[in-house]
Amino acid sequence: MSDHLRASETLKIHVDQDKCQGHARCKALAPELFELDDYGNAHETGDGTVPTALIDQAWLAKSNCPENAIVIDEA
Amino acid sequence: MSERPPVTDWVNDFDHTDPRWTENPYPIWDELRSASPLVHTDRFLGCYMPTTFAAVKEISYDTDHFSSRRIIVRNVRSASPPPAPPITSDPPEHKPAKRLLLPPFTPDAVAKLEPRVRAICNELIDAFIEDDGCDAATAYTKHIPVKTICHMLGIPEDDSDIFIRWIHEILELGINDDAILMKAVFEMSTYFAGHIASRKQKPTDDLITTLMNARDDKGQPLSDAHVLGSLRLLLIAGIDTTWSAIGAALWHLATHPADRDRLLAEPELMPTAIEEFLRAYSPVTMAREVMKETSIAGCPVKPGNMVLLSFPAANRDPSVFPKADRVMIDRKGNPHVAFGLGIHRCVGSNLARMEMTVAIEEWLKRIASFRLDPSQKVRWSEGTVRGPRSLPLLFGKPS
Repeated sequence: MSDHLRASETLKIHVDQDKCQGHARCKALAPELFELDDYGNAHETGDGTVPTALIDQAWLAKSNCPENAIVIDEA
Repeated sequence: MSERPPVTDWVNDFDHTDPRWTENPYPIWDELRSASPLVHTDRFLGCYMPTTFAAVKEISYDTDHFSSRRIIVRNVRSASPPPAPPITSDPPEHKPAKRLLLPPFTPDAVAKLEPRVRAICNELIDAFIEDDGCDAATAYTKHIPVKTICHMLGIPEDDSDIFIRWIHEILELGINDDAILMKAVFEMSTYFAGHIASRKQKPTDDLITTLMNARDDKGQPLSDAHVLGSLRLLLIAGIDTTWSAIGAALWHLATHPADRDRLLAEPELMPTAIEEFLRAYSPVTMAREVMKETSIAGCPVKPGNMVLLSFPAANRDPSVFPKADRVMIDRKGNPHVAFGLGIHRCVGSNLARMEMTVAIEEWLKRIASFRLDPSQKVRWSEGTVRGPRSLPLLFGKPS
């Protein structure tokens, strides 16, 4: 994970709504970065910008999604 | 029990009800996976099994060629299998039926049930805590999911034993005997029809009433048949699955004292431990029916066959899970598919996780030290749902 800890890096996450099936793993692992709707499907919080302190959690959420529904853009 | 001859060639003639599969399926799956991503047997009137994570995923996502109208691989095929929407539904009927069930099962919704589940666990432990040991499968793990789902549905917890018998008849005996299965389905429907009728007179604050008041995507109330089917599903899918998952986790902790001691010393590992137990000992294998000719992982697939959709085997694929045969309670990357993949993701997954976590936490709080009773045998269930049905434990350290 240390590769992803460069201070200058800005990450944006996005939950692909066609892929998300509501496993809710992301919400359990990175509660600040994801919100669940009334059906339990996940959406990124706000515009998806990942605060530096939560970068590890963003990658952890992605690596635990069975549907591969989480997209991370490295700007 | 199976009357089929014993398997001598797993790759070309597999049988998921063979006693060796029931006892220890993992080396068999490894053998199948190293032979091919898709294997076939002439048993069960013709059945494929994907052996890799990728092949399981391909089939799960392909609802066009693979139907969910039959979800158990059996030796008989009913002309009209009893529907239990949404698990037996295909698109386009699936989505509206599933959306009706999702809101009561979100993480926030199931968190409200947690205090009752903790109380259930402690009431069960109270009954055997003074003894030298117990059969954890029949005295503990068996009762937690059924009492929880009764609590949600608003039906008497004392009826638990009847539900457990129906489920055994449908999921195990029904593999070979259609009459037993249909009788259990009929009895279950009659039971729930009574509860629906009484709620028409006097609505209650429970999941049965919620379903009766639900509206479909056209704003119409659900038919009694739809409500009945969904209730059957919640009962069948919610009980021996979680029973198995909790039991397998306890079996692991009884047989791996180092993991148990680590979990006691580092309780913050509980979430990754639960996910790892779900991956390594996934209880549920589903099925699909091939509707149209296609190919999976380059292998031809023909209609008329069933598919044994083994999420447990996918979760042991070493190309996705490094050291897949090792249980690591701190495993970080764990995109396991114990609850399925695609549109049929288990609607009760959040409930199951909560029940598992609470059941293991409460057990460890009160029984920190336990081991298998060497004078008795662990017995695992056969077929669609695998978990310990007998788990004889001794409490305390060996003297």
